[in-house]
Amino acid sequence: MDRLTYIIVAVAAYLILAPLAGGLLAGVDRRITARMQGRVGPPILQPFYDVFKLFEKEGITVNKVQDFYIQCFLIFIVITGCFFFAGGDLLLIIFTLTLASIFLIVAAFSSNSPYAQIGAERELLQMMAYEPMVLITAIGFYLVYGTFNISDVVAGGGPAIVYLPGIFIGFVYILTIKLRKSPFDLSMSHHGHQELVKGLTTEFSGKTLALIEIAHWYENIFLMGFVYLFFAWSAPWSPILAVLICCIIYFLEIFIDNNEARVKWQLAINTSWIAAATLGFVNMLVLYFIVF
Amino acid sequence: MMSYVTKSPWIIHYDGSSCNGCDIEVLACLTPMYDVERFGIINTGNPKHADIFLLTGSVNEQNIPVIKQIYEQMPEPKVVVAIGICATSGGIFAECYNVQGGSDKVVPVDVYVPGCAARPEAIIDGVVKGLGVLAEKRAAMVKK
Amino acid sequence: MSTLFFLILFPLVVALALLVLKTDMARGVLVKAAAAVIAAGSVYLAWQYFGSNGDYFKFEGEYVTYIMMGLEIAIAGFIFVLGIKYKKYLASVLVAIQAPIMVWFELNVGHTIEVQSDLFIDKFSIIMALIIGVIGSLICVYALGYMKDFQHHHHDQKDRRPLFFFLLFLFLSAMFGIVFSNNLVWLYFFWEITTLCSFLLIGFTKTQEATNNAFRAIVMNLLGGFGFVLAIVYMGVTYQTIELNQLLAIGMMGYSVVIPAALLAFAGITKAAQMPFSSWLLGAMVAPTPVSALLHSSTMVKAGVYLIVKLAPVLGINPAGIMVMMVGGITFLLASFIAISQSNAKRVLAYSTVANLGLIVACAGIGTAAAVWAAIMLIIFHAVAKSLLFLCVGTAEHNIGSRDIEDMDGLFSRMPRVAIYMVVGICGMFLAPFGMLISKWAAMKAFVDSGNILLVMFIVFGSAATLFFWTKWLGKIMAIMARQENIESKVHTEEIFVLTTLAALTVLVCLMFPVLSAFVIVPYLTAVYATVSALAISSGNMYIMAAMLALIILLIIIGYGKTNKKIVPIYMAGVNTGDDLSYNGSIGQTVSVSLRNWYMESYFGEKKMNVIGNISTVAIMVGVFSLILGGVL
Repeated sequence: MDRLTYIIVAVAAYLILAPLAGGLLAGVDRRITARMQGRVGPPILQPFYDVFKLFEKEGITVNKVQDFYIQCFLIFIVITGCFFFAGGDLLLIIFTLTLASIFLIVAAFSSNSPYAQIGAERELLQMMAYEPMVLITAIGFYLVYGTFNISDVVAGGGPAIVYLPGIFIGFVYILTIKLRKSPFDLSMSHHGHQELVKGLTTEFSGKTLALIEIAHWYENIFLMGFVYLFFAWSAPWSPILAVLICCIIYFLEIFIDNNEARVKWQLAINTSWIAAATLGFVNMLVLYFIVF
Repeated sequence: MMSYVTKSPWIIHYDGSSCNGCDIEVLACLTPMYDVERFGIINTGNPKHADIFLLTGSVNEQNIPVIKQIYEQMPEPKVVVAIGICATSGGIFAECYNVQGGSDKVVPVDVYVPGCAARPEAIIDGVVKGLGVLAEKRAAMVKK
Repeated sequence: MSTLFFLILFPLVVALALLVLKTDMARGVLVKAAAAVIAAGSVYLAWQYFGSNGDYFKFEGEYVTYIMMGLEIAIAGFIFVLGIKYKKYLASVLVAIQAPIMVWFELNVGHTIEVQSDLFIDKFSIIMALIIGVIGSLICVYALGYMKDFQHHHHDQKDRRPLFFFLLFLFLSAMFGIVFSNNLVWLYFFWEITTLCSFLLIGFTKTQEATNNAFRAIVMNLLGGFGFVLAIVYMGVTYQTIELNQLLAIGMMGYSVVIPAALLAFAGITKAAQMPFSSWLLGAMVAPTPVSALLHSSTMVKAGVYLIVKLAPVLGINPAGIMVMMVGGITFLLASFIAISQSNAKRVLAYSTVANLGLIVACAGIGTAAAVWAAIMLIIFHAVAKSLLFLCVGTAEHNIGSRDIEDMDGLFSRMPRVAIYMVVGICGMFLAPFGMLISKWAAMKAFVDSGNILLVMFIVFGSAATLFFWTKWLGKIMAIMARQENIESKVHTEEIFVLTTLAALTVLVCLMFPVLSAFVIVPYLTAVYATVSALAISSGNMYIMAAMLALIILLIIIGYGKTNKKIVPIYMAGVNTGDDLSYNGSIGQTVSVSLRNWYMESYFGEKKMNVIGNISTVAIMVGVFSLILGGVL
């Protein structure tokens, strides 16, 4: 399969399968969460029901522009994922993801609603908390493989986790923020929990809220892709191992979600930055000794 | 066409002037014992996300605008369920100088769940009845 | 060569004319005409030398050197007297040391050195000339309207606008001189003129604060100038040359030029307001906003980084290079942190300027071709976007009466066009797919490749901070507030014209940057480095970025602001009174909502960060210079 065909297939697969897989993942998440709390929980397909219902609701908005920003948020999240699964440049992917997140934040800011704005500020704080570690993760791959291109990373000689254990732990740490799991669900929280009414999403309803939900499905799949990268290499059975580990990591995140109470923002930023400055730094230092 | 509103009813709960008995029963529905999330029900706390408005307690002068606004902020289709005898008719507070009566004095109520306090089973039953109304309203919306 | 002379001398002539013109009308016509001529001249220059890989010109006539020396002595005398008059003796002492050394050098060493080429032009100086010629003259046009308002606000003071515009055009002339000079004595002369212009413009309002800040600026810049003089003297005595290209050639042949390189870099660091000298740039914000835009963000401070970027081939892994990259890196990180804690828009812009200059300086310090690519890109994008932002803040300030970001609530509803331009500027500063981010991306890769892990940490944390302070500002102005009066009609047409042009330029430069890279920067790097290995960003990714920008523009055209949904009030803690700005509280009173941004003073307080930054950068500089001197002794 030549490169172009591969890209087309990968992008098409991501566009179609990611929301399905992401929705299912959310359904399984809610089910496992319920079981951890001694409940039966909703059907596995519940996230899809929710989104379909939201599409059936009346369209209301607080101003003429917020829907536009949310549409851009979804579009750029999808583009980010496409770059990722097409084997693009890791830094390009991170920057596109940032752009998408900024659209979400600006959408919340534009409402000028107190809850949405506090949510937006906290979301921004969370971004500041995880950004260094995400960049360090990309740099870690670069130091191991000499390239930021994902297609070259997955074709590499051995699993990156061997070289990047510290960075992996740091990445999983901030993944809790990215997946909007407790203890770091400061800006908005999913479903049963409430924070700041609905934080960032307070002023979005109906279709607009559905778009955010779908964007999160796309985003979560692509974040799992990041985990996958740590365990993928040229061996034929490595994808199976990597997917398995993705599942374990996601389960771990659900476990953390159900066992940790929400923390103050200070703790979120302090610990994330400490993780980046210690785990990330030490891991990079060791790599430099190997590389240079 | 089947409507998804019945599969994912998100609720918002507002307490007028009550003894808090019904409120506790509403929250009891979320506990593992009753686990309304089985039906896709989520307590959102945000009228803009909600489909079903659960009202407990009677209506007084102070909370009329609040109830009105919460109702107005909910996007269509929406259903109001009055929980407990106070929300239904004013209950034992009906004669108070400041109490207007049940919640239907302010917003159109679709389902009444009497009781003092209303039992969780009754509340769930009321919400499920509300789903039927919700589906009808959705169908009416599509027709328009 | 005649174009070069024209660009240096024409603004000078205009400046002198502006000094005598007293009427608004005549000044307006002359400034606009001169701005058009200068802009056209710089574009013509770019066209004329587009194919060249560096042309050097010899200028016959030693009298110029003596004229310059005479003027330098006059300037030194002027500063000396002012220093005594305002009891700022440090400034007087510094010029009293500097000027005699320079005169001694000229009379004893300088005239024995045969200068091959006084002036030169290459692709980098073309870029700088375009920045000065186009952005600089646009800012001068903007200043017409701005200064009218300024005079109106300060009507109790004497109208000193002739002096103001004289200084602006004199400054343009000197800037052209800096970027065209190969003879370091000439370069130093123009360098000192820009310092003088900056000094006088900062002190323009003549308040106590302005005077103090002006003297702080001149003291720090004179310190840099002192380093410059030492570098010239050392070069003249040791290498028998005072030409920049000779210095680089000697350095690239493998001889150590650490001492002059470090001294010149030191001069650059002071001019570019790197820590520990960043305080002068912050103080400079008391000047009228066009001055901040022209001198203190898009051009004069760029002269500092210009010199360091020029030196890049002889920096790298040597004491001078390490000093430059560490000072730049630390400044980038800490200035970005401080920007979070600021609510005064001009101070945020100033700290962001300091931070970005730090990034450029760090790239130059690394000295590889890829790093210099990033540095030049940063210079271009920063000049355009930051001047736009300064001018937007200036316009907003004159119309809403405050430069505090907290007062820019709902600017989108009050001054839509200015707000949109501000948004373009802010996005241009930090967000993909705009230019600064692309350069930052390239810088990051260059940092990683340099093997300096501390720099890598600086840039990842600094980028996170950058993201935070820009987005919170962005959010503030993008909030849609109900019932706001549109007050935009009061803005001068000149201001709107300049803002529109700069906003268009910001977008255009981002769309065109793959072309810019391929036809301007890469050829320049090839000429300097002989071999240019793979660029930090592959051309494919550059086109992806440009395509993404095009997509955003397209999306905005298709979908922005179009909705047929019902518009409802926002959700508040109590009953929204209907205006989205207040609600009925619990005991019947009406509570108005006010939203404030996060400043995280306890984390990123200005004082704390400055102390850390100043101590660490001073330690690095002292360490490096004692290392160099120790090696010599």
